[in-house]
Amino acid sequence: MRDVAIVSFAQSKHVRAQTDSNEVEMLMPVVREALDNVGIGMDRVGFTCSGSTDYLSGQAFSFVMTLDSVGPWPPISESHVEMDGAWALYEAWVKLQIGEIDVALIYAYSKSSPGNVREVLTRQLDPYFVAPLWPDTIAMAGLQTRALLDSGTATPADLAAVAATARRNALANPYALLTGDASVEDLLAQPMLADPMHVWDCPPITDGCAAVVIAADDVARELSKNPAWIRGIDHRIESQALGLRDLTTSVSTATAGSKAGVSAGGFDFAELHAPFTAQELIARNSLGLDASVPINPSGGALSANPVMAAGLIRLGEAASRISRGEGNRAIATATSGPCLQQNLVCVLEGSA
Amino acid sequence: MSLVLPPSIADVEQVKSVRTPAHLDYSYTPGKAMSSFLRGLEQKKIIGQKCPQCGKVYVPPRGACPTDGVPTVEEVELPHTGTITTFCVVNVSFYGQGMEIPYVSALVLLDGSDIPLMHLMQEVPYDQVRSGMRVEAVWVPDDELKPTLESIKWFRPNGEPDMDSASMRGNA
Amino acid sequence: MSKLPAAIVGIGQTKHMSTRGDVSIAGLIREAALRALDDANMTWSDIDAVVIGKAPDFFEGVMMPELFLADALGAVGKPLLRVHTAGSVGGSTALVAASLVHSGIHERVLTVAFEKQSESEAMWALSMPMPFAPPTHAGAGGYFAPHIRSYMRRSGAPDHIGVLVALKDRLNACKNQYAHLHETDATFEKIADSVMLWDPIRYSETCPSSDGAAAMVITNEANANRGKLAPAWIHGSAMRSEPTMFAGRDVVSPRGSRECAADVFGQAGIVDRRAEIDVVEMYVPFSWYEPMWLESLGFAEEGKGWMMVEDGSTQMDGDLPVNPSGGVLSTNPIGASGMLRFAEAAMQVRGQAGEHQIDGARKALGHAYGGGAQFFAMWVVGADKPA
Repeated sequence: MRDVAIVSFAQSKHVRAQTDSNEVEMLMPVVREALDNVGIGMDRVGFTCSGSTDYLSGQAFSFVMTLDSVGPWPPISESHVEMDGAWALYEAWVKLQIGEIDVALIYAYSKSSPGNVREVLTRQLDPYFVAPLWPDTIAMAGLQTRALLDSGTATPADLAAVAATARRNALANPYALLTGDASVEDLLAQPMLADPMHVWDCPPITDGCAAVVIAADDVARELSKNPAWIRGIDHRIESQALGLRDLTTSVSTATAGSKAGVSAGGFDFAELHAPFTAQELIARNSLGLDASVPINPSGGALSANPVMAAGLIRLGEAASRISRGEGNRAIATATSGPCLQQNLVCVLEGSA
Repeated sequence: MSLVLPPSIADVEQVKSVRTPAHLDYSYTPGKAMSSFLRGLEQKKIIGQKCPQCGKVYVPPRGACPTDGVPTVEEVELPHTGTITTFCVVNVSFYGQGMEIPYVSALVLLDGSDIPLMHLMQEVPYDQVRSGMRVEAVWVPDDELKPTLESIKWFRPNGEPDMDSASMRGNA
Repeated sequence: MSKLPAAIVGIGQTKHMSTRGDVSIAGLIREAALRALDDANMTWSDIDAVVIGKAPDFFEGVMMPELFLADALGAVGKPLLRVHTAGSVGGSTALVAASLVHSGIHERVLTVAFEKQSESEAMWALSMPMPFAPPTHAGAGGYFAPHIRSYMRRSGAPDHIGVLVALKDRLNACKNQYAHLHETDATFEKIADSVMLWDPIRYSETCPSSDGAAAMVITNEANANRGKLAPAWIHGSAMRSEPTMFAGRDVVSPRGSRECAADVFGQAGIVDRRAEIDVVEMYVPFSWYEPMWLESLGFAEEGKGWMMVEDGSTQMDGDLPVNPSGGVLSTNPIGASGMLRFAEAAMQVRGQAGEHQIDGARKALGHAYGGGAQFFAMWVVGADKPA
């Protein structure tokens, strides 16, 4: 296996609704920044891969338009996944492992603002038996949260602590959308949104994007003084049907984590992609991370959730923190599908 | 692969399909470049953008030069005349079309721009449209101008002699 | 580290039709996947990872359908990737699957591509009326027809070339049990007399809208002989993308297409393309794309692709058969069409193509394109292991 590292990361200042700019205008400066950080142009990029989804933008082939952000001329080797950008990064990592190229660019974006994201995401379900009931993401997350509370593994105060910590961490993140300094008591006193979900259990609706550059071996060392090396990366999917899974654990996170080498431990922090509070506890438990490991110092998806980019951002945030020397070893995850159906786990490490 | 049903439902008519209507509303953001273009149309102006690197003029403008990947900020007002680079005759009806078939859909290279714009050709029999034909925009009445490409009803021949393909800047 | 060899050891596809009302989406993909697994002498448990591809989700009205299909794909507990690169997706999906093997990350990968267009309204999904643009488009044909007109003008090709291509593909399809259209009574006159849709494209020179799926099992060298037939080895694979519209773009022979071809043939060590390639499965949704791609792929000089059509070179008994399967013109489940081209190329070098087999085929090109002729995916497969 080649040594591949994340050498650059850029993201937009995430907002509730980006009404001035279309997706290309939103993405272009972020892609430019990711390339400029390491002083390269598209001529040094051997492969480009992006993650996005048509249903959020309400346009078929929406990713075709955003390819302009990259200026793909002369023609480039490029692909796209209808998934979170974290999986686009995985595809690019695989390409680098083949050995023919050394640098890849990954980007991901979405605007949740054009449609009603809660309704749009109901279309991501079994069209015969589930989607016609229009169970939105909050309702689905509510089922998982209820299951977790009923199992005795977590209390409402535990969930509130996740939310409070996330938004407080976000105060130090200039890109985050939702920040705050509430106490657990403050949060528990708020009314329910959809029992057992409070507003604070849920992610903010977000428009945003991110871009990452990865590189292999000596090229990574050339481009970055302290690259964040990908020591392990794996992803797994479970059945979508909620009744077929134990919603209080994330088997796919555990399996992917095991394959990525999480059992070696020694993590300084973890960026876990968990749009709902219960999911952060479930992911943390599934990875065997005890209370000593800080979770989501960036504020996580609870503070900014550009769907399709939020997972890539966890990898980028973790890598940046390592490159800045604020920690040497971290886990970053990405999730997709209702109630943590599909998960990617990545172990990142600096050179310290 | 054949299905063996339990005896209790062996005689029940199978459900072959389920019709599940779905309706989703979206508000699209044109973005800065397109907004500027559409507001221009409302004032009977056609506005393109010029790339600072390659100098090409794009209309409708997209905020970025697709080959250089840089923002295009400089606006250029374009004349309402141009040349047909190529075209086709549409003879198929489809949902949302709103036009009587057959009609000509043409790529019009506006004078001063570097990329053709797709629009409708009218006021000429469909079988007399040619590449190289000189055309001009026909607008809706002033009081009906709106921020949409439909403010230009269509393009029609303007009587000037045809252009040859060499002058069409690699677009034919 | 060098690229590990990868081989196709199992291939399957569905019977393609305008409406497969007899199966659900899961049933459709499993029909292809089970045939591929059976052909590979494998079961679901032999598969390490699944790579699925399809075109816009509006075709089925389900967002990211691979998520609810995880069980049907035998993917539970495994890595699953979903590729979407517009029309070339079937091809690029196969390339992503191949990458997993070339890199040594997985040994046996199942790749599937599908579209069940009958579930939604295909024309609408292809060209949803967008605000900010007046409705002068008319589906995919309305985009490509003006560029075909440009090719005809530049090359001086006679009007009937498109009809010859359509006739060939429709008659070839009659030898392909899975093809959607089986126009056993197709004639030159019938095609030439069919209604003009987007002049110069006639109704009978246009691809149908199909429900269908294709699947392949791609493995490393250690597993290459597990299948019922000899494997097809991947000799080269490449992808290129370019912007949809930019000033001075050559839409007739896009640079991305030429560079992708140069890359894939270079990897495969092909020097004389016309002589060394035995059969081509190329993505031709509108008849005129056959002569256009013949030129762009370097099988014919610029302006002369149409002559290869006219003189019969691309017929099954010609020296460079193109689309013996009947191609996209006879079967078009959009998400699967690219993979069908790649799969049919592999079938040819495995001697698996039955009635539409080109005798002695040992090297074949699989080709797919998408978007506004801007996304290209190609592979060269061969009966022999690459050197």
